[in-house]
Amino acid sequence: MTLPIISARGVGKRYNLGRLQKRNTSFRESIVEAIRTPFRRGGTTGTAGEEFWALRNIDFDVQPGDVLGVIGRNGAGKSTLLKVLSRITDPTEGRIEMRGRAASLLEVGTGFHPELTGRENIYLNGTILGMRKREIDRKFDEIVAFAEVERFIDTPVKRYSSGMYVRLAFGVAAHLDPEILIVDEVLAVGDAEFQRKCLNKMSDVAQGGRTVLFVSHNMAAVRSICSKALMLSRGQVAGIGEVDPIVNMYLQAGGSSAAAQLSFPLRGDHRPQFTALGMSTPTIEYGESIDLDVEIQSEIASTVAIELEIHDERGTPIAYMATAPIDKTLITLAAGTPRRVRLRCGPLPLATGRYDVYFWLIRPWAEDYHIPAEALSFEVIHSDPGESGFDFRQSYGRGATTFPLHVADA
Amino acid sequence: MSNTTGAESRARDSAQARAPGAEGAKPHSARDDAGGPLFILEPRHSSTATSLEELWHYRDLLYFLTWREISLRYKQTLLGVLWAVIQPVMTMVVFTVFLGRLAKVPSDGIPYPVFTYLGLLPWLYFSNAVTRSAASLVNNSHVLSKVYFPRLLIPLSATLSALVDFAISFVVLVALMLWYGIVPAASTLFLIPLVLITALAALGVGMGLSALNVRYRDVTHALPFLMQVWMYATPVVYPTSLVPEKWRVVFALNPLTGIIDGYRSAALGRPLDWGTLGVSTTVVVVLLFLGIRSFNRMEREFADIV
Repeated sequence: MTLPIISARGVGKRYNLGRLQKRNTSFRESIVEAIRTPFRRGGTTGTAGEEFWALRNIDFDVQPGDVLGVIGRNGAGKSTLLKVLSRITDPTEGRIEMRGRAASLLEVGTGFHPELTGRENIYLNGTILGMRKREIDRKFDEIVAFAEVERFIDTPVKRYSSGMYVRLAFGVAAHLDPEILIVDEVLAVGDAEFQRKCLNKMSDVAQGGRTVLFVSHNMAAVRSICSKALMLSRGQVAGIGEVDPIVNMYLQAGGSSAAAQLSFPLRGDHRPQFTALGMSTPTIEYGESIDLDVEIQSEIASTVAIELEIHDERGTPIAYMATAPIDKTLITLAAGTPRRVRLRCGPLPLATGRYDVYFWLIRPWAEDYHIPAEALSFEVIHSDPGESGFDFRQSYGRGATTFPLHVADA
Repeated sequence: MSNTTGAESRARDSAQARAPGAEGAKPHSARDDAGGPLFILEPRHSSTATSLEELWHYRDLLYFLTWREISLRYKQTLLGVLWAVIQPVMTMVVFTVFLGRLAKVPSDGIPYPVFTYLGLLPWLYFSNAVTRSAASLVNNSHVLSKVYFPRLLIPLSATLSALVDFAISFVVLVALMLWYGIVPAASTLFLIPLVLITALAALGVGMGLSALNVRYRDVTHALPFLMQVWMYATPVVYPTSLVPEKWRVVFALNPLTGIIDGYRSAALGRPLDWGTLGVSTTVVVVLLFLGIRSFNRMEREFADIV
C-alpha cells in the first residue's frame, strides 16, 4: 500500500476569543495589564470559556491522486483546516505529514497589484504561489491565452475589467503544478462561462493524477470533481469516504446555511405563525415533486395563505408559489390549535444543484404574518430533462429550470 | 485572529510532550521515499527557523518582491527615480548651510559637504531600509493571511530594494568628491563589505521591528522619532573626534558609528579604525541574531493576528 500523501493525526487549532476582541492591543495596554497581573506570563488573560477550538482531534489520510471534497456548514472549520494545511497558520496540537509541495488557492489573485501590468502580475503572483521563474516563462503564453488578455498584457491591471482581472488571476492559479493543490471556493467568481471553464480545468487537474483538496458548498461540483469527501462538523471530522454517502449526510444534516427541519417557538402576539417546517426528502431528481410539511398556529381564529420562494445556489429567486391568491386555497385556523398541512410542490423541472425554499405566512392582499429568515433546502441530484444523457446543472450558469419546446412549421 | 498567549504556548509545550515523535518538532523538509519533499506541520517552537533550503526554493519570489518594491516606489511620480538623489542631496545642502557654515561643526579637514554626504549615504540607506521593513509585514498582511511562503522574504525584500536608492545616491557621491578635487582612494573597495554590514544591520533591526509592528502598531508611530534620535547619536553631521575619548567605546556600540567612520576612511583613503569597526560588526551580528529570533517567534502567529 502506498503511503498517504497527507496524513493528519490529532490536529487541533485553538483561537482565543477573549483576545480576539482586543486584537488592537497597544504596547501601553499590555504594560498596564502586566502590572495589574504580574504573575501571569505575557499578560495572559487565559480565563476558561474564552477559548475556541476551531478544529479538534482531526484524523484523516489522503492518498496520492485523491480529489478530496471538504464540505461542512459555515463555521464547521473548513477554512481553518485549509489554513493549517496551507501552512498559513500552525496547528495548536497534533501533527500533519505532507509528502509533497502544496500550493493553496484560498482566493484568486493573491498579491496582485493594481499598478503593475498583467505580465508583471503573472510573475509576481506565480512566484507567490510557489512557482519558479523558469516555470512561469514556460507557461506564460498558455496563461495569457487562457485568460484571454493578450492585447492588454502590458497594461496595468487597474485598467482591467473585473472579468479580465479574475480570468488572469485564475489563469495563473490554473497553471500551478504542485504535488498537492488546495482550493477554496475560488470558483464562486467570474461569469458563468468562466466558471464552467474553471470547473473543466479543475477536472483536468484532478484527472492528471494530482492530489486536490477542494472546499465547496456546491454539492454538484463536489460530486462531479471529487473522488472522496470529508465532512466537518463543529471542528471535528463527521465523516470521510466515498462522495455520495458523505454528501447525503451533509444534505441530511441540513446543507450549508439552511435546514431540512425548522421549528419556531410561539411568539405570543396573537398573530398566526409557523411553528414547524419540514420536507419529505432532502434530494429529488429532475421532474419530481417535493412535499413540504407545515405546522401553523394562531391564538385567534384566522384565515391565512402560504407563499413560497425557491432560490438557486446563488440566492437568486427562481420561482414563486402561493396557496392564495394563485391557487385560491385559504387555510383556516382554529384559535389555539396547531394545524398541519402538506404542500405538494411540483413537478419541479430543475437543474442539478441546491435550492432553498423560503416560506411566507400571509393574509392575501392584507398582511404578512410570519416570514422566517431561514429556509429549507433540498438538492436536485440528477437532472436529464430530455433523457438524452445531457446533465443539466445550475453550475453551468445557464439557468436552473427548463420548459418544453415544441417545433412546428409556421 | 488571536494572539498567542503564555498559556497557549505552555499548552503547546505540553501538547508536544504528549505527541509521539515530537522530538522532530521542526517544520523541515527532507527527501522521502515517496519522492516528494516531506513537510511536517505541527506546533512550532520559536527556535525553529525557516530553513535555508526553503529560502533558496523561493529565491525567485525574493527577486520579484524586491523588484515590485522598486518599481512601485516611483510609479506615478513626476520626478521618478530622481527622488533617490533629491533626498540625500537636499539633506546634505541643509546640513552644510546650517551646521557646516553657520554652526561651524568640524569635519576632520574634509570639505563639509563631502563629509556629511559620506555619513548620510549609509545613514539614509539604513533608515529607509529599516522604515520600509518595519512596515512591510503589516502592509502585506492580506497576502500573509492567504498564502504561505517564508515570511522572512518580506522584510528582506524591503531591505534589498532600498539598496537601489543607495546605488543611485552613490553616483552622486563620486561626482561630489570629484567636484572637490578628491579622487576616491583604492581603499574605496572596502565599501563593498561595509555596504554588506550596513544591510545586515538594517535587516536585523527591520526584521525585529516588523515583527513587533504586527502586534503593536505603536512601532509605526515611534519609528520616525527613533530614527531621528538615532541619527543624532550617530556621527552623521559631526565627526567621531568630537566625542570624548572615554565615551568612544560606548559610542561604538551604535553599529552605525563604526560603519560610517569606515565609509569615510575607505572613501578618503584614511586608515580604518579596526577597533570601532570590530565592535560595530559584533553588535550587528547580535542585532541580526535577535532580529531573526524575534521574527521567528512571531512568524507562527502572524496569520492569526494581522
